[in-house]
Amino acid sequence: MGALLEVAGLTKHFVVRQGALGWSSAVVRAVDDIAFTLDTGATLGLVGESGCGKTTTSKMVLGLERPTAGTIRFDGQDVLALDAEGRRQYRRAIQAVFQDPYASLDPRMRVATIVAEPLVINTALDGAARRRRVGELLDLVGLPERAAGLYPHEFSGGQRQRIAIARALALSPKLVVLDEPVSALDVSIRAQILNLLTDLQKQLGVSYLFIAHDLAAVAHMSHAIAVMYLGKIVEWGDAQAVALTPKHPYTQALFAAALPIDVDEPREEITLSGEVPSPLAPPPGCHFHPRCPFAMPHCATQAPALRAESGRLVACHLY
Amino acid sequence: MQDDTRSDARALPPTVIDVRELRTHLVTRWGTIKAVDGVSFAVQESETLGLVGESGSGKSMTCLSLVRLAPRPAARTVGGQVLLDGDDLLTKSEREMQRIRGRKVAMILQDPMSSLNPVFSVGMQMREPVASYHGLRGRALTERAASLLASVRIPAPLQRLRAFPHQMSGGMRQRVVGAMAIAAPPRLLIADEPTTSLDLTIQAQYLNLLKELQQQHRFAMIFVTHNLGIVARMCERVAVMYAGRIIEIGPVRRIFKTPAHPYTRALLASVPRLAAKGERLTAIEGQPPDLATLAPGCAFASRCAHVMDRCRVDAPPPVTLDDGHTTRCWLHVSA
Repeated sequence: MGALLEVAGLTKHFVVRQGALGWSSAVVRAVDDIAFTLDTGATLGLVGESGCGKTTTSKMVLGLERPTAGTIRFDGQDVLALDAEGRRQYRRAIQAVFQDPYASLDPRMRVATIVAEPLVINTALDGAARRRRVGELLDLVGLPERAAGLYPHEFSGGQRQRIAIARALALSPKLVVLDEPVSALDVSIRAQILNLLTDLQKQLGVSYLFIAHDLAAVAHMSHAIAVMYLGKIVEWGDAQAVALTPKHPYTQALFAAALPIDVDEPREEITLSGEVPSPLAPPPGCHFHPRCPFAMPHCATQAPALRAESGRLVACHLY
Repeated sequence: MQDDTRSDARALPPTVIDVRELRTHLVTRWGTIKAVDGVSFAVQESETLGLVGESGSGKSMTCLSLVRLAPRPAARTVGGQVLLDGDDLLTKSEREMQRIRGRKVAMILQDPMSSLNPVFSVGMQMREPVASYHGLRGRALTERAASLLASVRIPAPLQRLRAFPHQMSGGMRQRVVGAMAIAAPPRLLIADEPTTSLDLTIQAQYLNLLKELQQQHRFAMIFVTHNLGIVARMCERVAVMYAGRIIEIGPVRRIFKTPAHPYTRALLASVPRLAAKGERLTAIEGQPPDLATLAPGCAFASRCAHVMDRCRVDAPPPVTLDDGHTTRCWLHVSA
């Protein structure tokens, strides 16, 4: 299976003004030299706590933020070097579904208009063909045909997320960025949407970049998982390996904090002390060392590189 | 005689809160909604009861009704008893309630920013409950407030008293709310999704902190959440709510291992697990019911895999299985 998306050296710095008059400035390294690949038809889960850079990463992949440095290759092409027409093609091939289906659908548009909007902008389909395509898409996401004539407020949260998914699939994209697609939904509805996303991937061969806080959902959906901490990938590998036998102390603590519902499951108690440091002043060396239970003296001075360890990549001096 | 003393030593800890047939209705343009419809449970000293259910199932409205803070004029508690150490809160005057809230019953809500005043320093806000309970002033008051902050693991507490809420992280703010909650050691702590806005590793810290505070102060805790993993970790017993009713209540281990109600079973089966990649999740079909147009019978009937004719006609009564495990389902009523 070929790599659909290859990211190398990807970096995004934001300059923030500081001080009462905003005369001094500081640089936030929101994403700092990360690399990953995503295969066709596969799912990469991107996890980490708020401020770790996962949303900035997804925005750069979506073309909504321009990287400070690094390359994004999609289908073998350098995305950042594309001309205007190339960028248009790229945007068609990559779509997004966001967290809140109450905010991402225009309340004054009928569902048919919402789902057809990408077709109107990007294709030359006539009205009848568009209606047929909308009908297909609604059927694909499990909504009745009559949904086309209704407004978003007439649907529940789960059904709205189905509408958002139908819109994202309208142009048959190769990659869909799923940014917390189920966290706004009721617990009993989440499984419906996760199952739908799995079925659509099998049926259409689409790739997902899956961002979520719910680690069990990420482990369930993903083929590979990349764990980010303060702008860096600290562990990247096969989803089951990362979820069940995490190697990086941060990954271990993160997955230990994802509380299993099995009351008898033996679990390791790793509770980190302290909070995530400000990305304005990340600690030197390994960013994680002030909170790490296994920190060694050189962790405070040398940043560890991603190295192969037990079938995945880990950035930690322990290995 | 000896036997008596021994059974005394093993006697159950006293019941702190005993809720009986609580009913809170919401009067709206679309009719009367039975948001809390005959809810009964009890929580003992040092015990944690998890209250789980989907949005609109009535868990937050139950908690608000306990302390008589359900939004008025729409919400009206129309029946039942809320016995706090045997004393019915529903018969208290508003003045008496104000003394009970914050002294005997404390609450921690989801968003710490909505519990803290943005224009006062943390110290100002901390001093208020401390002064009113301990009657302290001046230096002693400040020291007491600082020691409370220290007890929720806030570093440099004396300096932190001068900070404003916006200068703190979400985890830190929620700790401040926790410190205020134990300023007067409460008999009952109601935690309504206290960690939903926190990051995972910070959530783990906060859950540990709540457990420590509970061991120290022996308060009863009602923990509202939709995260079943948190229930497994934090609670001794769990009550599952659906459409304003508790449809199953009992010890956590029992309910997680042998859930009796089809909704509880489906809910537990629908949660993805770390170790089960690729298997299809067991989804619960359909939507949570709209309380304004609730059909007679069991509210879960339209989504239930085991639905029978009588489910659509009569609401099932509570059936006690054993060990304090109770459910409302016709499957468990012997004909």
